Amino acid sequence: MADMAAKNADAPLFLVEDVHFSYEGAPALAGATLSVERGERVALLGANGSGKSTLLKMLDGLLFPDRGRIGFMGQELSEATLRLDSFSREFRRRVGFVFQNADAQLFSPTVRDEVAFGPLHLGLPDDEVERRVEDTIHILGLGHLKERAPYHLSGGEKKRVALASVLAINPDVLLFDEPTAGLDPKTSSFLVSLAGDLHEAGKTIITATQDLSIVGDIADRALVMGEDHRLAGEGPPAAVLADRELLLRANLIHDHPHRHGGVEHYHPHSHVEGHEHGH
Amino acid sequence: MADGGMLPAWMTERPGGFEPGGPDRAVRQSALARTLLGLGRLARDTIYSEKVAARPGLMQGVDPRVKVAGVLVLLLLASLLRHWYLVLGLYLVSVAMAAAASIPAWFFMKRVWMFIPLFAAVIALPSIFNVVRDGDPLWVIWDFGGEVRLGPWSLGTSLAITQQGVRGAVMLVLRVAASVSLGVLLALTTRWNELLRALRVFHVPRLFVLILSMTYRYIFLLLAMATEMFTARASRMVGPASPREDRRFLAAGMGALLGKSHALSEEVYAAMVSRGFDGEPVTASRFRTAAADWVWLASTATLALSLLAGDRIIG
Repeated sequence: MADMAAKNADAPLFLVEDVHFSYEGAPALAGATLSVERGERVALLGANGSGKSTLLKMLDGLLFPDRGRIGFMGQELSEATLRLDSFSREFRRRVGFVFQNADAQLFSPTVRDEVAFGPLHLGLPDDEVERRVEDTIHILGLGHLKERAPYHLSGGEKKRVALASVLAINPDVLLFDEPTAGLDPKTSSFLVSLAGDLHEAGKTIITATQDLSIVGDIADRALVMGEDHRLAGEGPPAAVLADRELLLRANLIHDHPHRHGGVEHYHPHSHVEGHEHGH
Repeated sequence: MADGGMLPAWMTERPGGFEPGGPDRAVRQSALARTLLGLGRLARDTIYSEKVAARPGLMQGVDPRVKVAGVLVLLLLASLLRHWYLVLGLYLVSVAMAAAASIPAWFFMKRVWMFIPLFAAVIALPSIFNVVRDGDPLWVIWDFGGEVRLGPWSLGTSLAITQQGVRGAVMLVLRVAASVSLGVLLALTTRWNELLRALRVFHVPRLFVLILSMTYRYIFLLLAMATEMFTARASRMVGPASPREDRRFLAAGMGALLGKSHALSEEVYAAMVSRGFDGEPVTASRFRTAAADWVWLASTATLALSLLAGDRIIG
């Protein structure tokens, strides 16, 4: 037993081995292999349809591989293990998922109920639930919206409620799916800086995004998903962002025509730091 | 291609000045626009119900389990009473209970009577005529002047409304009114999650409760999607659509909504599971019965027994 605990302590947080998955014949993952250590900040980069969201859902035990294996702290993450009450409760307490579509995540009658949903379902005592709800609502500046219906809020407010509903569980691992998509710059930067604070508090942050401008702020390691639904490359964000050939291959940047002095020509183009060109 | 690079020529044409012209006619609100407003109203009403349930009031304070038990007893009573005035009395009791729960009388009665003409009165209507159910005539509408036969079926000598028919129809409508009224009262004064938990206490199957809970959580998303679809269409329309076009849009829209809602329901469920949901509704307020709950239950039982005894004594 002690051996097993020691083994689990050394095991990576997530170990994804040759995972395949397809939606009704359309491949989403075709042999993805990667690992994430505890306390890491990882960005999962990839174009639309490269399999980022599918991979995140697998890391949250919401989808399961057709082939291949996913491990969580040395134990297999599968339908069978998640059916075990003790494993499932512990896993749900440790791993939180902020969905890209905030609407799908908000289903309670009021913001307060929404934030309380997770802690209540994990069986925390009432006073602890109350304390967490109040604190989380306070951190995210949702005090004035507490009794409002979540589906009636603005896009930015919905995102903050969705985040609050996950943070109230106090997970060790946070999975973000396109956290800044469709948000105004102020809300985006608020989310990025909150993710920084959470990482400093020791949490593992895994963010799937195609917004290259935030990668340097949210990750210490970037993994690039290729259009062939496997890992196309990885490294420190600066190195990955400098690898134009890799980004072009993964369809994260694109060639597009420009006119300079009446001459039209093509060169790689991205939005890493605004809209700049190397000449 | 025009000068605009990859754009076709027609896309680069600039319109002239803004000069609306031509004959104007007032645009009538289409059935579709009314549907849109109706969807919005439904969402508002549902949210209003949650607000009513959260208000302080006589009914809201009762433990949900006790409330469900009490309402079940009264529902049983509504079908056991044999005198229309006693059923009417039961209905009035439910209206009084709604008033004590600070539900506006008009809102409450509208909710109940909106459905009764549809589901009960229409069903009961034919039975008041002697051609459907024989009885003592109360009002002769048409004297045929002799027996009229439709093949083997005799229609009698006149078309009349019968005493027995009216009594039966009134009884049915009142029973439905009292039952629906009690149901609406329970739903309005109990928060949805607590009501579901109370149902589980009474061993209503978990699957049934799960389906109810998913339906509720997800009805707003469906409403939002439907509203967006209607609005997106309205924004692309020039002038009113013909009823035929409206119908075609509705049919196509329903199909699209079904597809979208299926995908979304999976996502909503995944979001619930991700936060620890395992099919069992959990709410913050743990059920605790107090003396007041037992008083409420005892009063309800006494009321039920007295009405039932009265019903038997009258004969």
